[in-house]
Amino acid sequence: MSCGDCHSCGPAPVLPFPASRALPKAVALVGPPNSGKTTLFNRLTGMRQKVANYPGVTVEQHTGIAEMPDGRAIRIIDLPGIYSLQPRSEDEQIAHDVLTGSREDMDRPEAVLLVLDSTNLHRHLMLAAPILSLGIPTLVILNMADDLRNRGGHLDLVALQLQLGSPVALVSARNNQGIGQVWDFLAGAMPKPAPKELPILQDVPKCRQWAGQVGQQANYHPPAPPKWTRRLDAIFLHPVGGPLIFAAVVVLVFQTIFSYSKPLIDGVGWLFEASGDWMSGVVSPPLLRSLIEVVWVKGLGSVMQFLPQVLLLYFFIGLLEDSGYLARAALIADRTMARFGLQGKSFIPLLSAHACAVPAIMATRVIENKRDRLATILVAPFMTCSARLLPYSIIIAAFIPNRPILGNFFSADTAAMLGLYILGFAAAVVTARILKSSILKSSRTPFVLEMPSYRWPTLQSIGLRLLDRTKVFLFRVGSVILLTTAIVFLLCKVPTIDGHAPKIENSLVGTLGRTIEPAIKPLGFNWKVGIGLITAVAQRETLTSTMSSIYGLEESNKVGLREALRSDLTPASAFALLVFFALAMQCLSTLAVVRRETGTWKWPALQFAYMTALAYVGAFVTYHLAR
Amino acid sequence: MARRPREKKPTALDKDFGQPHTEIKMQLSVNSAPPDAIPGTLLDLRRGDAAVLDGIDLPSEEARRLMELGFLPGATVTAGLSAPGGDPRVFQVDGSEIALRRETARRLKIRSSRKNKR
Repeated sequence: MSCGDCHSCGPAPVLPFPASRALPKAVALVGPPNSGKTTLFNRLTGMRQKVANYPGVTVEQHTGIAEMPDGRAIRIIDLPGIYSLQPRSEDEQIAHDVLTGSREDMDRPEAVLLVLDSTNLHRHLMLAAPILSLGIPTLVILNMADDLRNRGGHLDLVALQLQLGSPVALVSARNNQGIGQVWDFLAGAMPKPAPKELPILQDVPKCRQWAGQVGQQANYHPPAPPKWTRRLDAIFLHPVGGPLIFAAVVVLVFQTIFSYSKPLIDGVGWLFEASGDWMSGVVSPPLLRSLIEVVWVKGLGSVMQFLPQVLLLYFFIGLLEDSGYLARAALIADRTMARFGLQGKSFIPLLSAHACAVPAIMATRVIENKRDRLATILVAPFMTCSARLLPYSIIIAAFIPNRPILGNFFSADTAAMLGLYILGFAAAVVTARILKSSILKSSRTPFVLEMPSYRWPTLQSIGLRLLDRTKVFLFRVGSVILLTTAIVFLLCKVPTIDGHAPKIENSLVGTLGRTIEPAIKPLGFNWKVGIGLITAVAQRETLTSTMSSIYGLEESNKVGLREALRSDLTPASAFALLVFFALAMQCLSTLAVVRRETGTWKWPALQFAYMTALAYVGAFVTYHLAR
Repeated sequence: MARRPREKKPTALDKDFGQPHTEIKMQLSVNSAPPDAIPGTLLDLRRGDAAVLDGIDLPSEEARRLMELGFLPGATVTAGLSAPGGDPRVFQVDGSEIALRRETARRLKIRSSRKNKR
């Protein structure tokens, strides 16, 4: 509970850190949610960070390398946001285990950077008691100093250091103010906390009383209530205006992704075509030339065109989350979500599932209730993820004319896309309702949602998020899609007849497609679509690259996929294909992450069976209705 | 739609102070209880009303979570804005704004309330 070896040193001196000593191996960053911990982490480590999972649990482990002004490097572990060290939730368990050194995969950190919100010091100081009682050298970082000053709050830093027995730094991570004090602490001797009388940690009222006393001794004057937050909330939470703004935000996000991103998408496509042409000019063997055409331009190029859309979506989610609006959106959505048995916090994962189900399923960790969380995980893949956009937009472009419905803003193809979004959403909420009234039945759980103050999102944190997503996207494209495209290309070339490639119908891939044709015939799909569906089980985007290579090989290479689809499919079977894609679980990464988050194969297996069955029935009904 | 069942209920007793007293209320004041001391829950607070929290009628784990967020007995809680339909509602407590659903707010007992002065 207390450090025994520095009883004589008394209260810590004011910031004159003794000269350097051996560099600490690792430093833990601890703080309550909404304390600006992640902003500080980004500020300290920049682009040198890595995200992984703690083995065996679902908590993300963020580590980064910080380079100190003197050039030395230090490892920083960003622990999950916690309110106390009582190990109840998984997040708190991880923080507790790391800080007490009881994890086998990690040494106990040599120092702690405790990040607290200086505008809400009394409540945040409650976390200082359990952290200081660990006896690890601790720097108490009072973040958001700019807010504190602007809103007229103040405190006596020296008195607070005396009270806590640890050095205190007043910083503003967002504006890069006061970060020097953090470096000074890390480079200095890092004294252990001076022994202080701390409250009984299990007793929350006592802890709060202690925090209040410490604040009072430090002459802490809380700042005035955030004026702008109140003003903005009066708009964003207005009984009528609030939901309207909410709807407008959702529409704006989608419209940007589908319409305004076109020049970017065309630009990326052009880049791949131009580079493909150039490479074809350089290499001479015709087989290699067609491999470049198929794998580079049609395979990789058609998928890479989606990078701008994916990034735009992440940009918006980052903007909403960092500005604080997402919490208001969760509040507005709660009542509706509760009707389906979910809760407002499910809204955030379900919104980000529109980019990709994998991070969305990881984001369900904010939901404390296990059953609500499981239900959210199981329905998240119904949301229209960016991987579905590729098949959607090509099929829509081929079968639905771009006719304006409401002027330039809303056209027939946008309406079709919106319809598919609604279909995915409807499937999700109906499934959630079924789950919550059967196997995941539970009483409505206490819903507690903290409303952070509105803040300007920083370019750095959004930029880092986009960078992270680009890496993940490129990795997926680089591995799975490229590999499946190449495999399908080769399967199209065997078995050879007299040293020549066979006709596509006679190739191995054709045989495979014909084998499953009877099963998909009722849906209006032919064997070529069958091959696309087989390869799409691994990843949805592969449908188009596979189809491109099938058609590209069968017909002249110049015929676009759109035209090929239009001549090969009836509109009814195209609609059935769209519905199938909306409802089917075709993503190995999602199944893998569900396995990891739920800890058993039972849930991903159930999810796969349910979604595939629903997709089959849905496509069947669509085909017979549209015919 | 049965959106606002609360408004159909008769107004809570503690809302009627400031209006002409009835005999029953005279009786209450005789019982040496201050006029504001009629117990209620956070649910009885309208936007801008403040009250002192008395206790949390929830299982200890859930109560603890709320206490860590500032809902401690003795803390002053002010009702703020809400989602459309009044559920969930944001409460200002201990320098933070926390949204609670009606069913949770109902479990948080208040000791005394003060009307919005604005």
